[in-house]
Amino acid sequence: MSVRVLLPNAFQKHTNGAKEIQSTAANLPALIEDIETHFPALKTHLRDETGNVRRFINFYVNEEDIRFLGNEKYAFQDGDEVLVIPSIAGGSCGEDDTRLAQNVTSSRRPVLRCCSYCGQEECICY
Amino acid sequence: MASSYELCCRECGRKYANAPLSICDECFSPLEVQVDLEAAKKTVTRETIAQGPTNMWRYQALLPVSENYVPQTPAGWTPLLKAPRLAGRIGANNLYIKNDAVCLPTLSFKDRVVAVALAAAQDFGFDTVGCSSTGNLANAVAAQAARLGLKTYILVPADLEAAKILNTQVYGANLIRIDGNYDHVNRLCSQIADRFHWGFVNVNLRPYYAEGSKTVGYEIAEQLGWRLPDNVVVPMAGGSLITKIRKAFRELVVLGLVEDKPVRFFGAQATGCSPIAKAVKSGADHIEPQRPSTIARSLAIGNPADGVYAARAIRESGGWAEDVSDVEIVSAIQELAETEGIFTETAGGVTTAVTARLYAHGRIKPGELTVSCITGNGLKTTDVLQGAYEQGQAIRPRLTDFENYINEIKELNELVTGGVNVR
Repeated sequence: MSVRVLLPNAFQKHTNGAKEIQSTAANLPALIEDIETHFPALKTHLRDETGNVRRFINFYVNEEDIRFLGNEKYAFQDGDEVLVIPSIAGGSCGEDDTRLAQNVTSSRRPVLRCCSYCGQEECICY
Repeated sequence: MASSYELCCRECGRKYANAPLSICDECFSPLEVQVDLEAAKKTVTRETIAQGPTNMWRYQALLPVSENYVPQTPAGWTPLLKAPRLAGRIGANNLYIKNDAVCLPTLSFKDRVVAVALAAAQDFGFDTVGCSSTGNLANAVAAQAARLGLKTYILVPADLEAAKILNTQVYGANLIRIDGNYDHVNRLCSQIADRFHWGFVNVNLRPYYAEGSKTVGYEIAEQLGWRLPDNVVVPMAGGSLITKIRKAFRELVVLGLVEDKPVRFFGAQATGCSPIAKAVKSGADHIEPQRPSTIARSLAIGNPADGVYAARAIRESGGWAEDVSDVEIVSAIQELAETEGIFTETAGGVTTAVTARLYAHGRIKPGELTVSCITGNGLKTTDVLQGAYEQGQAIRPRLTDFENYINEIKELNELVTGGVNVR
């Protein structure tokens, strides 16, 4: 059983330019670990400080959002095409959702380092 | 021009030089443009703005365009109208409509974001631009790209309203209908932008594009006599507009152009596609994607790119979000047209119906200065009113026939309403 995993350009800095891999992972958590095994440099970027996969990373299986297919319960089928797209928001890992967590110690979100409104590290608008 | 501006990751704060880039390559979160407000403070005053053109480019100093950019596409500066007759219907007495149904050149607020995005596209040297769209954006990109001589590829869901398809093709754009919903189209565009060297206004140019929405907020404040309203009601598709109006208000405060005051932000969605409203109501800090099913196709984004930020902005402001049914949407389109002479598309029906509900539920008090943002024109979604009005029988061109006709309708109206004029 093998699935084709297409990686976005944004990952390529951490994948030596690789744009896709073949994986034999059975499900999403296993696939994420497989990606991290292929590209160790990607690991710290793929997960936040709490070990959760970052909220803006989305997974699609054959054009369908994996959250509509059962998410981590979905069993990959031979020949599935898995697409990873960052920053179409939605956030599959909510604060109460630890299904993809690894060594979770806290569900607190990382602190913003710049203000979304004024853009300053030391906020000047609040 | 903006005094200076750069890209900043909305989550990890990493800064980037200006480039056609929308994703942080450290944490894969969205990037946003940050204008140097300290520098802008030295040059931007109410007077310098007033001396600018009567379009959105009067705020050019606060927009991410290059120093020598000469705007070719005057959009914005749409009317802010007091809406006493609608207010009377819904229990308000200080209600305004920001009417982007008449935003030029293509009759939606998307003309604003595209004007900025295409300025960036030219700056970055793209000769081909594109977008994924629920219709209004397609119209705006096609028209403005034609004026700038750019090649255009536009991807839309196959079931889009006929008027929005025609209003894209007429400008000579390459329109590609995709067998899927907007979220499928958007995802494909992300892949295309990775593969082709094109400027996708809402993908790799998204940080610049989104800044154009700030001009709605600047205009509201200026048209109110340089003051902020108490409440703003905003339709939500991807969720960007509501966050950018808020950003615009905060920038005006920082620049000293308006007095600081709390402004509450209210989001409006159709029940058939309400992921952001659902997050606000449940208190969730994440967005659960939905499969859209609503006549408000311009708001039918099941996985909204800025949803989490929109929900956060609403909560932080003390506002709320509501969602309304398709029946309420059509009824609200009619009500806005009948009371204020504004014919809006389905998204405006959503905003109007939600505004009415917010008053009905006491979330907005009657006397509070409230602005309801109408973002698109009803001529683009006439299909939802099919069958709503009878054609009526033609009469002969004779005065007696006309008098008989008038008497017949009077009698009919009295029969139906008991003499009371209701719709």
